[in-house]
Amino acid sequence: MSDPRNAAMTAYAKSIGITLHDMEDGIPVLSFEFGGDVEGRPGHLHGGATSGLLETAGYGLLRVELAKKGRNHRLKPINIAVQFLNAGKNRTTYAKARIVKLGRRNANISVEAWQDDRERPIATAIMNILMAEADS
Amino acid sequence: MAWKCFQTIDMSSELEKFDPRKAVKFLLRHGHSAKLGLQYRDHGADWCELELPWREDLVGEVDRGILASGPIISMLDMASGLSIWTKHQKFIAVATLDLRVDYQRPARKETAVVGHVECYRLSRSAAFVRGFAHDGDPQDTVATMSGVFMTIAGGTTRV
Repeated sequence: MSDPRNAAMTAYAKSIGITLHDMEDGIPVLSFEFGGDVEGRPGHLHGGATSGLLETAGYGLLRVELAKKGRNHRLKPINIAVQFLNAGKNRTTYAKARIVKLGRRNANISVEAWQDDRERPIATAIMNILMAEADS
Repeated sequence: MAWKCFQTIDMSSELEKFDPRKAVKFLLRHGHSAKLGLQYRDHGADWCELELPWREDLVGEVDRGILASGPIISMLDMASGLSIWTKHQKFIAVATLDLRVDYQRPARKETAVVGHVECYRLSRSAAFVRGFAHDGDPQDTVATMSGVFMTIAGGTTRV
């Protein structure tokens, strides 16, 4: 199986410039640079692009954790709730996820995105993900 | 916050009613919305509908050719703003506060997804929206959503 850290890097994630910035205690920190592809109001991040980064970070961590346990599932989104806390500015944005619950069939994941100051997140999300059989 | 305030739009006369068909000519041709190739479809008094075309680089599951969920959120966010301005009949600066999307099923392979969002309530400082995404049959939704937007302090209009 390919590196689980890259499994969440979908065509969409790559197309908006999401990359693996770092691994912190085994948890992927993803990032993207500011640019036209992720811009909403001129000079500011589009909320949809921020959501895409949060979601990709959530899947990225879940992939890593499942790989550690030797589990291979097809992941299906159940839902995502995004809270926008501060305007995303013209600079690098990072996102890191935390698994709140990892069950047999579903996982609950919390994700934060920040720019200059990690203590001042620009957005947070809670995601529920269904873990289906790999070949279904 | 995900602000939506475009100076260029403000240039349109204060007297002129907000027309999503005209506004999208600017809004969907810049930045993230342009990247996704969002298209205007239709609107009513308090709703707006956009389309997200299927494209190889927007796929979430490579083997299955299905659109990723991220672009669908972006489309619903954009359609939310348009539905708010359409209901308000005027462009006002708003910021997404909370957006929730429930995914019923994956979109069909190599199929465009339509996003329909209605602004069902405008208060002095907040706008409430709900909507859905489908890939051909509005009764058979791909996703449903709800969101709350705040009007930005210092904006020219009180809501």
